[in-house]
Amino acid sequence: MADISQHGPKGLDATRAHYLALVQKRRLYGGITLAIFGLLLVSGFMLADERNAGGFWNGLPHMFDFPTDVVADTLPRLHLLPEHLLTYLPALLETINIAAVSTLLGAVAAMVFSLLSTRGLARWPRAIPLFRRMMDIMRAVPEIVIALMLIFVLGGGPVPAMIAIAFHTAGALGKLFSEVAENADLKPVEGLSSVGATWTQRMWLGVIPQVAPNWLSYGLLRFEINIRASAILGFVGAGGIGYELKNAMSWGQGKFDEAAAIFILLFLTIVLFDQLSSMARHKLAGPGAH
Amino acid sequence: MDLAARYAEAETAISRKKLLAFAVPGLILLYFIYIFFAFDVPGLIDRARPENAQILLRDTWSYKTHVTRDNRNGELSYAVEGERKGAYPEDERPDWVSGSGETTMIDLGRGRVATFLPGNAVELVIPGERTIEARLDGRRVATNLSEPYPDYVSVSNSRLQVTLPGARLTFTRSRSETFRYFTGWELFFFTLDSPYHGHGLGSILFGAQIDPERGNIAGAWHDFWQNPMWMHSAVAWAMFETVLMAFLGTFGAAIISLPIAFMAAKNFAPFAAVRFAFRRVFDFLRGVDGLIWTIVLSRAFGPGPLTGSLAILLTDTGSFGKMFSEALENVDKKQIEGVASTGAARLHRYRFGVIPQVAPVLLSQVLYYLESNTRSATIIGAITGGGIGLLLTQAMITQKDWEEVTYYIVLVVLMVMLMDGLSGWLRRRLIKGE
Repeated sequence: MADISQHGPKGLDATRAHYLALVQKRRLYGGITLAIFGLLLVSGFMLADERNAGGFWNGLPHMFDFPTDVVADTLPRLHLLPEHLLTYLPALLETINIAAVSTLLGAVAAMVFSLLSTRGLARWPRAIPLFRRMMDIMRAVPEIVIALMLIFVLGGGPVPAMIAIAFHTAGALGKLFSEVAENADLKPVEGLSSVGATWTQRMWLGVIPQVAPNWLSYGLLRFEINIRASAILGFVGAGGIGYELKNAMSWGQGKFDEAAAIFILLFLTIVLFDQLSSMARHKLAGPGAH
Repeated sequence: MDLAARYAEAETAISRKKLLAFAVPGLILLYFIYIFFAFDVPGLIDRARPENAQILLRDTWSYKTHVTRDNRNGELSYAVEGERKGAYPEDERPDWVSGSGETTMIDLGRGRVATFLPGNAVELVIPGERTIEARLDGRRVATNLSEPYPDYVSVSNSRLQVTLPGARLTFTRSRSETFRYFTGWELFFFTLDSPYHGHGLGSILFGAQIDPERGNIAGAWHDFWQNPMWMHSAVAWAMFETVLMAFLGTFGAAIISLPIAFMAAKNFAPFAAVRFAFRRVFDFLRGVDGLIWTIVLSRAFGPGPLTGSLAILLTDTGSFGKMFSEALENVDKKQIEGVASTGAARLHRYRFGVIPQVAPVLLSQVLYYLESNTRSATIIGAITGGGIGLLLTQAMITQKDWEEVTYYIVLVVLMVMLMDGLSGWLRRRLIKGE
């Protein structure tokens, strides 16, 4: 290398210098970006620390206080644990049901929305931007907002959570479904339209069979996310295991054994569905899929 | 295979598909029927309070102004939403209130007029209806009404309440009160005690000095920003805190999980046991879930944005760890070998052979999570007590400031859409290099 640059044509030197300068500039920019990013992150943590009620370094030694309390309350009453687990099983079932129904309802709505907002498939091509904006808004509304409003109108229970999660799911899945449908082969659709099929028939027989595995896989992923969402919504008053957890927590220290049972149930459920859906998704879409 | 066997095979395949086409919707329908009863939907319809929906809808786009007389000392007060923060200054009152001395006439719109009369009496004139009169008889509320009462009136010994479309009159021992609804979000910019109330943007920017002690722009900005009714500065802080939680949680998790993901990837982890252990750690972090992490951490760190950030960070370390290690398992060996052939050390092999391959995938996942975590941060904020989630739940729990709830919802939706746009834009810029 050194030989070439010494004896070679002059142009090479200039090219090399230019290249090195470019590399240096690129490294500099990259370095500056990284430094700014690091600075943002560190100052962000310091700011969050400052605005927190208890500081990070004060709290760190107490990080395991609560888990220790829970274990300490549970161990002497270990024989009651199976009973507690059984007590909270219906609440857990309710949480899973909320997630399942809202995933189903949301997925059905998402199917319609996604087909209506996919180029080449839409029933009314001019309305594509309208349906896309609608999905954007549905996706952006956090579940807690709708859940709390519906609790005000309908009272507490699983239905507000179900509607809230279904609403968000429709928007979130709609976008993903539409991305899948965009890549669908249009030939079956054309074939169907040549024999006079209506829009619904073209979609049902021409598009859905093509996209079903991918859609199902996204739906399963959403179901897993929705189990977490329905547990957390329960904590703000929407029924299910989250609500029971809130009650169990409010009984305070010395009675955390019921909370421990709920923690165990919740953890096992999430891990179980996580593994199941990941296995099913690998089967449906092959390894390496989302 | 002969033709008959093929026919038979096709027949069974088709009939299986036919069965499936009916069985799946049928099962879903059965499940919905079960849910209908399990969630007690019929009971819910009974318990639902549609009048609350009405309040909610009306309050989102309107406000009410209260006129109250203290029946003990005859003192009158005027306040938006009946709150001290929205009170009219000492010598001012709404222009739909008239009268002097002990008689006050309040125009409730559509020809309806309520009058506070001397001697603790009130009168309400409704066009086309009988005039309602009430007065305090000792400790009792006496009215000129007799049964059956019209459905917009409720009367007892201690209270008369007349609820009209867009207005209400309440008369009790201690006070006479009316309020009237108006369209809009009143006092959004300035409360009534601010000198800038009622001035347009033009007259603040270019007009004469309004408050002799302060410059127009600085004074107006201060009064707007510190508006006690809408608390713009607190809301802005809360929004910032929510974004901060999402930002710190997401990128903190990404930075922590990247090196650990190497230990959980088949082609990088030295021992199967190490790999197994790290994978279980990721599964554990993810399985415990944001809700439980939030509870555990808020016991240690107290309420605030740090707790929320750490809860997101812990959950997402699990998610990212799993995704990153899967991405690392799919890297192309050739590039690493190429870098190794130049005599690069292990760290250099990773830096130049692996990272450039996986960076786009990882970055796009991280940016996707950033948007989704903005929404999670709203919920986590509601539980730990930080950010816009806290303001939102507080405003909802009081069940009266629905216009503020609407304002927060609009802000949250805009914030999430903005983060969505930002993360999409960054993804396109950084990954496709557009």
